[in-house]
Amino acid sequence: MPILSLRNVSKSYGSTHVLDNVSLDIEAGEVVVIVGFSGAGKSTLISLLCGLDTPDAGEVVFKGSRVTEPGPERMLVFQNYSLLPWLSASDNVALAVDQVFPRWSKEKRQAHIARFINMVGLDHARDRKPAQLSGGMRQRVALARALATDPEVLLMDEPLSALDALTRATLQDGLESIARTSGKTIVLVTNDVDEAILLADRILPLSAGPRATLGPEFPIAIPRPRERRALNKNPEFRHVRTAVVDYLLSTKRSPRPAATAPLASAPLLEPAR
Amino acid sequence: MNSRFLAIEGLDKVFDTPTGPTAIVKGFDLTLAEGEFVSIIGHSGCGKSTVLSIVAGLAESTNGAVILAGKEVVDAGPDRGVVFQSPCLLAWLTALANVQLGVDQVYPDKPKSERRDIAAHYLELVGLKDSLLKRPAELSAGMRQRVGLARAFALSPRLLLLDEPFGMLDSLTRIELQDILLELWAQDRKTALMVTHDVDEAVFLSDRVVMMTSGPEAHVGEILTIPFERPRNRHDLMDSPAFYEMRERLVTFLEEQGHKPPPPAAAPKAPTPRSRGFVGLLKSRVVG
Repeated sequence: MPILSLRNVSKSYGSTHVLDNVSLDIEAGEVVVIVGFSGAGKSTLISLLCGLDTPDAGEVVFKGSRVTEPGPERMLVFQNYSLLPWLSASDNVALAVDQVFPRWSKEKRQAHIARFINMVGLDHARDRKPAQLSGGMRQRVALARALATDPEVLLMDEPLSALDALTRATLQDGLESIARTSGKTIVLVTNDVDEAILLADRILPLSAGPRATLGPEFPIAIPRPRERRALNKNPEFRHVRTAVVDYLLSTKRSPRPAATAPLASAPLLEPAR
Repeated sequence: MNSRFLAIEGLDKVFDTPTGPTAIVKGFDLTLAEGEFVSIIGHSGCGKSTVLSIVAGLAESTNGAVILAGKEVVDAGPDRGVVFQSPCLLAWLTALANVQLGVDQVYPDKPKSERRDIAAHYLELVGLKDSLLKRPAELSAGMRQRVGLARAFALSPRLLLLDEPFGMLDSLTRIELQDILLELWAQDRKTALMVTHDVDEAVFLSDRVVMMTSGPEAHVGEILTIPFERPRNRHDLMDSPAFYEMRERLVTFLEEQGHKPPPPAAAPKAPTPRSRGFVGLLKSRVVG
């Protein structure tokens, strides 16, 4: 039985029909990556999985029961981190841990928080407030907060999109390691096909909106651990990369005439003096 | 075919910093043949955009010269079309009016209807036929950058300068716009110089990729010739091992530059004599 499903889900905001009849079954322990253009409806889709929003038609089902609100078994990591600015890194994690494990002793909670702060490599920065952390460090706090609540499904909404290329690569490697070792069910949405191939067991492309829907599934059989530089030489990486990009572009093509000779030839201009 | 259509010779750019003048770019030499598409890649802040701005005539070099079709570049002009990272559209004008603004400058003698047709034609080529009368706020980031492309191509410039044109877009929209750019470019193969830090973009679009060393004193490190024939097809290239070899070469260069220890700080020198700037001008007015 799938752990989390979308069944014939549609969603509109005002007159914009965002998602159209989307169905998806996520099995326990797998890493599913949804790839699509900005504005296609990826965040809408993950908000529905999380329970932050409800579908207009169809249903979201977690372990056989209908999802109507967010819950600690389905934690979401946001693109913009969503940390509380007046709390330190460790207190941001503590807030979630205290909520989810109220019966634990204080010592047990403290040790648990420290373990996850350590896991994301932020021991040295545990007492710093978000404003004193770089974007990459803030996202690591958000990740520690989500993982420390021990969710059954980890949902991630473009967690690395706001970061520069180098930081993004470092954190992708971190996520790869979490995906490989934690055994968690992970659903990640991204616009980066390389990131998707590095992390996914399955890639599901979301067609360009409006009326977006999920396209054909691309299973990724590249053995783990996956190393980004080695992927360059992997024929499967090349084929999947091409196929996913081809599919997504095919859903987008706006009507555009073939470029022909220029309409007018400009006078040769002298550089202005 | 002019093999020295654009010549950048011994370009230096010195900025004053609190620790004395620092040469951000030093001894940058590059020659482009007519009709060539060349990309410059390098780490953020290495001085790539500085070089491009000097070629555009939007910034002044400290030493060296930029020669375009036999004439030295001293100022900005419509013979060089620039596509900026942020499209810099005028918010109160429609897409059509934004493109037509430049067309009006370049073709002052053409009738108004013809100038409008030129602007509309290029917007149609970038897929914005249905959005001619929309204002920038009504367009997505990708659509705005399409207007930026149309604006540059509509002037039919002799040299096309692209400064990280798709740097602000998501990676899929970026791919989509690279296809459009390549198609537009292929119609008359203007000489083009593009700054990017996207390795795939550089390989896909360029005849040669110039790898710039990390600053200060940044200059041309290596040049990689991209042998793929034109017209190029994204699908075939992305599936070919040769594409990934090129990609690997560029990534390796960038990683080496990234790990390179910073060069010893230049000893503070006496301030370089500056060209008469605004303050100098004021002083000369007061004193002289």
